[in-house]
Amino acid sequence: MSIDKTSETPEDHVVENPEAAAAAVTAVDPRLLVREQGLAGYASEFKRKMKAGDLGSIPVVLGLVIIWIIFQSLNSNFLTAGNLSDISVAMVGTGMIAVGIVFVLLLGEIDLSVGSVSGVAGAAFAVLNVTHGMNEYLAFVLAILTGTVAGAIHGFVFARIGVPAFAVTLAGLLFWNGFMLQILGSNGTINLDSNGLVAKLTSYYFTDVAAAYVLAIGVTAVFFLSSFYGNKRREAAGVPSRPLSETILRTALLAIVAFAVAITYNQYKGLPLAVVIFIAVLLITDFVLRRTAYGRKIFALGGSVEASRRAGINVEMVRISVFAISGTFAAIGGLFIASKIASANQGAGAGDLLMNAIAAAVIGGTSLFGGRGRTWNALLGVLVIVSIQYGLALQGIASPIQYMITGGVLLATVVIDAVTRKTQKTAGRA
Amino acid sequence: MVHVSATPVLALRGVSKRFGAVQALTDVELEVHAGEVVALVGDNGAGKSTLVKTIAGVHPIDEGAIEWDGKAVHINKPQDAQGLGIATVYQDLALCDNIDVVGNLYLGRELKKRGILDEVEMERRSRELLDTLSIRIPSVRIPIASLSGGQRQTVAIARSMLGEPKLVILDEPTAALGVEQTAQVLDLVERLRERGHAVILISHNMADVKAVADKVAVLRLGRNNGIFEVKSTSQEEIISAITGATENAVTRRAARSNGEAQK
Repeated sequence: MSIDKTSETPEDHVVENPEAAAAAVTAVDPRLLVREQGLAGYASEFKRKMKAGDLGSIPVVLGLVIIWIIFQSLNSNFLTAGNLSDISVAMVGTGMIAVGIVFVLLLGEIDLSVGSVSGVAGAAFAVLNVTHGMNEYLAFVLAILTGTVAGAIHGFVFARIGVPAFAVTLAGLLFWNGFMLQILGSNGTINLDSNGLVAKLTSYYFTDVAAAYVLAIGVTAVFFLSSFYGNKRREAAGVPSRPLSETILRTALLAIVAFAVAITYNQYKGLPLAVVIFIAVLLITDFVLRRTAYGRKIFALGGSVEASRRAGINVEMVRISVFAISGTFAAIGGLFIASKIASANQGAGAGDLLMNAIAAAVIGGTSLFGGRGRTWNALLGVLVIVSIQYGLALQGIASPIQYMITGGVLLATVVIDAVTRKTQKTAGRA
Repeated sequence: MVHVSATPVLALRGVSKRFGAVQALTDVELEVHAGEVVALVGDNGAGKSTLVKTIAGVHPIDEGAIEWDGKAVHINKPQDAQGLGIATVYQDLALCDNIDVVGNLYLGRELKKRGILDEVEMERRSRELLDTLSIRIPSVRIPIASLSGGQRQTVAIARSMLGEPKLVILDEPTAALGVEQTAQVLDLVERLRERGHAVILISHNMADVKAVADKVAVLRLGRNNGIFEVKSTSQEEIISAITGATENAVTRRAARSNGEAQK
């Protein structure tokens, strides 16, 4: 079986005799790229995907490994349980914002307001809870809702009035930053209760060693069972399914990663609550995007707005809701960031936060051109960015260099995105 | 031609449509029976697209009547047309490049099981549908971007078949296709007829029209300019009906050059 579509020369068709062609009508289509069974099949499938520019998460995983090796060789403290645990907790704030960005990028749009909106959420919680003494759970929910409302407003102006998302959210960036400074008032910084709900988000660890292992076993088991029964159903329905060996291989890979992470956490303070929440958010958002009609609509809009409209999709509602989701995750991210510093201050949401969140989504493999990406991309991307930050901090390298390196990584990723898109176009997989 | 029922599936009686000062359609008559392919031809601006849009519910008609299975109906919006069982495949394909064939076939009407997409059932039914239409594509799980223009057009037509429509309107389905892909689409049109669907085919290509259509309805300047049986009509007759009988630039030029030759 040819693995390279372009090698199929026209001469093949000329020598074909017409009787054979007629007989082939009921047979399997000869152009079909059948995956050979067994391990050799995976190798050729992998090669074909590489050639077609279907790189998936491979560049970012490779990049992460290289970054870790470099920093470990520079400073042996980098790959310690403590540092890795800290990196994983520090990344959750930006990571949550990046999850929202993935949704917006899937539409082929951009949301520049997420940094400011995240600042507003932190400030809103601090003002409601600390200044006005509101119940912290209620203040927490209201703070997240401010993000939802802000995002919905952006979405409304974009979808209904037709202003480009870039311009709407740029205006939002300024407006919400001003709004945050306004509600924080003149004193500027509000410290949070260090034993309160928000502070606990990043300071709480499940110290019992069993917690991390139970989570690792649970994730692996759920993955295996859902793949196994999914394949059973596909077999029963007579549609192509994955061989059992592939399911086992994938499960084994997942189990290795899950237990490595669990062991690392247990060598330090235990399983961080922030990471559990982040993983749960990624599982839920990934499920929504790939297994529900709503998620399908988001991908459809990223592919062709006109086709979606003709298929009866309410384009405006999907757009507004996606921007509302982006705002919501920005607010959640803002609360995690406020939690990390246990305060809401005037600098929240400024600086490189916005760029890091967008860079995380893109570095992770979400296409800037819409219609391609997964929320897991946010995890990989933010892991790269925060690893660079921590690695350089360990070396005592100041932020100017940090910015330049992160900028370089982002450029490299966008170049990969643009190049793979070109390759995919020529291989017909854009 | 397969068996043709007595009552037309769709009949237009004296349909007129105005856009401001422009009279786009004047007293247009059209009948389509089940198991019949009617080609709608005419020059640019003859009113083909407007006529199709009135049937598809994009533009409601101003005067006249539309009969569906012999009963008068009003088609005021696209949903009305869909509700009756009219499926329209537009010239520019309504497919998403980044989504696979199954996803595109079921876009906007996904099968769900407890709120979750039922991918297995959608894939099984997609294969069934493509098999019954003898559409051959490498895999139903590859993105539309990997398909050729003809394959995309067949997927777009297959997509319109999911709702089991009685009438399928194809707007220049072969306009941008190569020789082989055109043949694939024409095969598919014949299969639609064999399955008892009524088909309205808009085309500029006389060869396509002669190949698959049973009747040709000619529009000229928004009016009927003849309805011909394809078998008993020559291509020249159809073309002269499209361009406006004998008095036109082509015949004048031919006459002039003939006259000069005789001198």
